[in-house]
Amino acid sequence: MVTRNPAAIAAEVPDPELPMLTLADLGVLRSVDVDPGGRVRVTITPTYSGCPALEVMRDDVAGRLRDAGYAEVEVRTVFSPAWSTDWISDEGRRKLAEHGIAPPGHIGPRPAGPVPLTLDAPSSVVCCPRCGCPATSELSRFGATACTALRRCTACLEPFEHVKEI
Amino acid sequence: MSSEGHHTAADDDAGNAYRALAETTSDGDPRWAFGSGFDSGSDAVEAEITSPVPDGVDAADLAAYCLMLGDDALICSQRLAEWVAAAPELEEEVALANIALDLLGQARVLLSRAGHVEGRDSSPMDGTAVADEDALAYFRDERALRNVTLAEVDGGDFGRTIARLLVFSSWRLALLQRLTASRDPVLAAVAGKGVKEVAYHRDYAARWTLRLGDGTAVSRQRMQAGLDGIWPHVESLFTTHDVERRLAHAGVAADPGDTRADVDAVLDEVLGRATLHRPDVPAVGLVAGRGGRDGVHTEALGHLLAEMQSLARIHPEAAW
Repeated sequence: MVTRNPAAIAAEVPDPELPMLTLADLGVLRSVDVDPGGRVRVTITPTYSGCPALEVMRDDVAGRLRDAGYAEVEVRTVFSPAWSTDWISDEGRRKLAEHGIAPPGHIGPRPAGPVPLTLDAPSSVVCCPRCGCPATSELSRFGATACTALRRCTACLEPFEHVKEI
Repeated sequence: MSSEGHHTAADDDAGNAYRALAETTSDGDPRWAFGSGFDSGSDAVEAEITSPVPDGVDAADLAAYCLMLGDDALICSQRLAEWVAAAPELEEEVALANIALDLLGQARVLLSRAGHVEGRDSSPMDGTAVADEDALAYFRDERALRNVTLAEVDGGDFGRTIARLLVFSSWRLALLQRLTASRDPVLAAVAGKGVKEVAYHRDYAARWTLRLGDGTAVSRQRMQAGLDGIWPHVESLFTTHDVERRLAHAGVAADPGDTRADVDAVLDEVLGRATLHRPDVPAVGLVAGRGGRDGVHTEALGHLLAEMQSLARIHPEAAW
């Protein structure tokens, strides 16, 4: 028996790689529609083209909706418009910081024309999520998951992950 | 979606990723040990992958073009993945694997699109029905691959890997930027995501080029040797194939010849700051006017494919 709104159910599914965030917090959940026949259609978008968590997300969303009584669930994956870290909600940013992961800065729409090279480390300030010190350095732009970079705080010396802007 | 009706609540433990992985194969979903998920019948991208061929565009041309861009990404990804467990530092291994994964993701969508447009859906290859992308990645022989030869040449040392990645990502970024306006919705979508990803790849390669080129005498020498080694394969990046020319006229493809100025500007800036020089070596010629885009490859590709495809060919029905 159907008990809850499917949009609310899909929204609270945790991200497999950043489980402190829900799919809604992360901005990968694009839409949830129910047709008159009760069929639920969920649209999600991957963070990166090769995001290995996508399959798990799809199965988790479908599983939770079926458990809630929705017999027919279709989870669609769309690539356009491309996901941006700007879609991470304020709540999501707060939860990331709370769990020791520096949230991304806002980047806005990509300007027209060729993408400029950035040969020097970006000047944006990423504060240490542990001690709040703004003096941190990038150790590697590619971290343990596709969407994170690895940084270190120059004050408390702790390494931490940063959801890099894309 | 084929999997819905067979699921039981007892299977469900949302926190258990293994449960979720097992579930994807439990219901006749032809998902592969070697990675699928964009296959027909269960998913979404299908809605895009099955988009009609744009008006006035030859389906065979579109399929061939998707293979070209998909194979570039697939083969370059495989070369980068060779560094896993062999990179000089863990951070670089993670970085190279991340870049390889982005390219593999792009390849999967492009090969799926090629398979669909070609009408290859569910047609058996080698007697087995496997998803388009897997059939195309694992069951094509060297001469059916359409990648540029730059993607396939031996990775060599870290300097050469960085040299290849610098040129490849500068060129691919220029192509993808143009393809965001493609009339083919799948190409436009892949390009829209790919631009953001490949911009990071190019920055990674450019920064290492600077660090090595403007580093010690040894690092500079090896970085320059890396550039020299891959440079014979650079000129062909800007050679427009007939398929690319026709599709560019139709507003679907990006003409690689148009990217030369953008790519040169990037390479000049990076090589200049890295105190390296643009190699003056002859380009690898075409064979009777045919190169990688026609399936005429260097001997390196056969070895690469032997390693990449062997498991899938030994166990063509494998699933997990």
